[in-house]
Amino acid sequence: MTASLPELDLEAREALAELLLSVADDEFVIGFWDSEWTGIAPMLEEDVATSSIAQDEIGHAKALYELLAELTDDDPDRIAYGRDAPAFRHAALINHARGDWAFSVARRYLYETADRTRLAALAESSHEPLALLAGKMRREETYHLLHADAWRRRLAEAPGGTRSRFADALRRLWPDAQEVFAPLPREEILVREGMLPQSMDELHGAWQAEVRPVLEPLTGPLPEATPSAGGRERRTADFAWLHGEFTKVAGAEVGALW
Amino acid sequence: MVSRSVAPAEEVVWAELATIPDPEIPAISVVDLGVIGSVKVDDEAIRVELLPTFVGCPAIGVMQQQIGERLASLQMGRVEVEVTFDPPWTSDRITPAGRERLRLSGFAPPRLAPTPASAGLDELSVLTLAECPYCGSTNTTMENAFGPTLCRAIYHCADCRQPFEQFKRV
Repeated sequence: MTASLPELDLEAREALAELLLSVADDEFVIGFWDSEWTGIAPMLEEDVATSSIAQDEIGHAKALYELLAELTDDDPDRIAYGRDAPAFRHAALINHARGDWAFSVARRYLYETADRTRLAALAESSHEPLALLAGKMRREETYHLLHADAWRRRLAEAPGGTRSRFADALRRLWPDAQEVFAPLPREEILVREGMLPQSMDELHGAWQAEVRPVLEPLTGPLPEATPSAGGRERRTADFAWLHGEFTKVAGAEVGALW
Repeated sequence: MVSRSVAPAEEVVWAELATIPDPEIPAISVVDLGVIGSVKVDDEAIRVELLPTFVGCPAIGVMQQQIGERLASLQMGRVEVEVTFDPPWTSDRITPAGRERLRLSGFAPPRLAPTPASAGLDELSVLTLAECPYCGSTNTTMENAFGPTLCRAIYHCADCRQPFEQFKRV
């Protein structure tokens, strides 16, 4: 069962566009936050690793923006660099500035685990170009998750201040992390057409069941938290700053050919 | 790579492609790297499908351009080089000759454990030890799963004390 582009009606196309945009913006913006560590990570090897992960994420975003541009007859660079900050649709988790290393590791762990759950579903999408890309991304993301998980263990087992700083970051990010699974506009169409084989609600349940037992020994009981309808629409001053940074060059000479 | 039954015109194109080096690891050709998905030749055009090793590989544009220029020099018609993820490239696509060339240039080839691309990647299997390309020892440790390019990891050999890179399994 393959939903190829010509067979999709307008509503289904719009629903698919929202799905592609949500994943692409998550990868794009977290990639830019990660790139903030280039040159100042706590260890040389981490400088290399974080930069490489950032490059992967922005590469994934590029491929997703290309799928989206094909669908909406747009230009991938315009989607990436030509939108105002409020038009971005990344999850609230990715609004925050990078913070300290513990905060960045906490976010990366929460995001990578959620992203793995989402990509496993998207790899089964009835929209074949998305399924193929998600399958490919999933193999690369294996390395990101291993990296985040190694740092989770390291910080969780560290003495005193490090451990509590990491636990604080996890508790602080926990509510916003749910928003990776915020319901999408017209999600019922995506699920009905098999473009999103499981609902965000189902994916959210699977993710929580996986991460709670891992995190709670460190953080204590995490509050009941559910994704909210506006979980991909809230923008912050942190993000407004980052948006100003990553659009600065493209915005300096709009329409220039590089 | 699987053996192909090809028309003579396509043989010519494959032979030309086999002389084009990977821009990041020039010891290996784009054919041995397994990034050529398909070659089709008709009266109008040569059509090549190019499979990126990594989604965000910055060398893909360079490869596309080099392949386009070299095939245009064959004067067999228009050249179209399309980047596609169908099928997704996996490190199992590197040919046996390509693996040997990697080793001779100081890169450990990726662990060979063919699985369908759709199956994902077992997390622990990507951490298995690499064989030192200099002395053949498996007494090696991964220093960093991320290296100087997206597709390379950094290892150290405890026997010959040589750092080396591994082409990542993906």
